[in-house]
Amino acid sequence: MTAFTKPLATLRHATGMPTGRLALWWLLASEIVIFGGLLMSYVMHRIGHPEWANQAAHTNQYIGLTNTMVLLTSSLSAVIAHRHAQLGNGKRAAQFLWLTILGGIMFAVIKFGFEWPHEIAEGFIPSASGFWGFYYCAAGLHAAHVIAGATVMFIVSLDALKNKELQRVELVGIYWHFVDVVWIFLFPLLYIAK
Amino acid sequence: MTEHAATAAAHAEEHHEEHIHPASYYVKTWAILVVLLAISFAGPFLGIKWVTLTTAFGIAIVKCFLVCARFMHLNIEKRLASMIVLIAVVLMGLFFSGVSPDIMKHEGDNWVNIAANAETVRRIEREGADGKKLDEEVEKRLEEHEHGGGAKPEGAKHE
Repeated sequence: MTAFTKPLATLRHATGMPTGRLALWWLLASEIVIFGGLLMSYVMHRIGHPEWANQAAHTNQYIGLTNTMVLLTSSLSAVIAHRHAQLGNGKRAAQFLWLTILGGIMFAVIKFGFEWPHEIAEGFIPSASGFWGFYYCAAGLHAAHVIAGATVMFIVSLDALKNKELQRVELVGIYWHFVDVVWIFLFPLLYIAK
Repeated sequence: MTEHAATAAAHAEEHHEEHIHPASYYVKTWAILVVLLAISFAGPFLGIKWVTLTTAFGIAIVKCFLVCARFMHLNIEKRLASMIVLIAVVLMGLFFSGVSPDIMKHEGDNWVNIAANAETVRRIEREGADGKKLDEEVEKRLEEHEHGGGAKPEGAKHE
């Protein structure tokens, strides 16, 4: 049996892609189907129920804008972390991952600390209407992905700090960008189209 | 792994590692994304429906492509990754095309979705009382309901 000198996730076989990255793309394909199904359902209902426009008018587009900025900026720090990992500088990569995590924390604090409590206090709870049901479901599922991504990113950063498993910096970064892409569509659907 | 495959793999690895973009490349991409975000946010303030839809969803698609290509590196990734993503997007489209006629419309040739119609009218009645401005489509739907819910074909099946 041959001893592996490199992590399995970095090896390439028939596809010419590192195994870890290939697996990540398949994971993202499953995520596209999950979020895609949810967002397509929302779009269909939104077109079928024009009265939802009255409900959507109550979402705060300034908070949506702020959170979009936060996520876009955190994506920038994630990709710069990947760049440092490519250059073999694990310490800098870890630092940029922490910046990305900070973006994720800011996003969660804005959503769960300000936006949702305000909306719930106004009576816009998930059972208030079909719109609010979709709103909390879509934004909540997305926020769960932000929290999961930030948690995994922290674990990856601890290894990166020791210059270990640097390929994971790219993988967790690609996942983070996907979460950003989902928000890019959620923002106009929930906050702009009124 | 055969010797040939190992050589190809090593080459592929080198090829991928050649693509280390300068930090400025990513900062420029981020700046473009921020400008696009500002446009999509400003669009609805003009109050023109097609401008809102174009700036909101058209720009969302452009932003999506930018993030996928430049941050997720799909532009330099093996085509297989794009194909995997495409399969998922096609499945999403298949779902939409199959289900949308039943959801986006509340009545067809041989059926009426009474519950959905009733929900629309109930909401409009409740929220209209708050003095909120209803858009034309909502008003039209309300009017149709008041005049008997529109023409229903003979033997229409209620859901």
